[in-house]
Amino acid sequence: MKLLYFAWVRTNIGKAEEEVVAPDHVLTVENLLDWLATLGPQYAAALDRRNVIKVAINHEYVEHDHPVRPDDEVALFPPVTGG
Amino acid sequence: MIRVQREDFDIGAELERLSAGNTKVGGLASFVGLVRDLAEQGTVGAMTLEHYPGMTEKRLAEIEAEARSRWPLEGVLIIHRYGRLEPGDRIVLVATTSAHRQAALESCAFLIDWLKTRAPFWKLEEGAKGAAWVEAKESDDRAAEKWKR
Repeated sequence: MKLLYFAWVRTNIGKAEEEVVAPDHVLTVENLLDWLATLGPQYAAALDRRNVIKVAINHEYVEHDHPVRPDDEVALFPPVTGG
Repeated sequence: MIRVQREDFDIGAELERLSAGNTKVGGLASFVGLVRDLAEQGTVGAMTLEHYPGMTEKRLAEIEAEARSRWPLEGVLIIHRYGRLEPGDRIVLVATTSAHRQAALESCAFLIDWLKTRAPFWKLEEGAKGAAWVEAKESDDRAAEKWKR
């Protein structure tokens, strides 16, 4: 699974992207966020405000109960502030 | 038409091109977003815009398609910049053309309202105490909400 991080999710985690092999029990975005938060203090800090994190899978916005698959590109980021 | 670019744009040339050669156009509406100087809030005003290449273009194309489904439009132009910008710099241009003014004006307002809550851009503001990510505003969510069907 390819993970992309933007804005303060990226600066907290300390990298823009990474390839991960999530454990078998990671079936949804929610599961993925729970698992990522255990990977280290920087992940825990980035995902602390869990319910404000926006998620896109393969460039489409999804809710936190959406399924994730091993070949997905999953992006995690704060609410957008363009324009 | 969607463009996501680091470079500045020439408003006059862009607007002229949007309606050139199309005599069905009776009205052109445009919105230009600029970097505002927030010096009174203790920041120096310069900012860096980050975006999600690939997704940005798709979401902007989707917003354009939504506008075209709601109003009879001839032309749609969205140019959004990224990278470091100083106070007074242009950030975004949204322009629409139609036979009549109402469709052009309404769709232009719709495009910028939806873009602000859907296009994956983030602003990092430089300030006296370092850089800080701009927080999303509830007023922007409400502005987009009023176009919900």
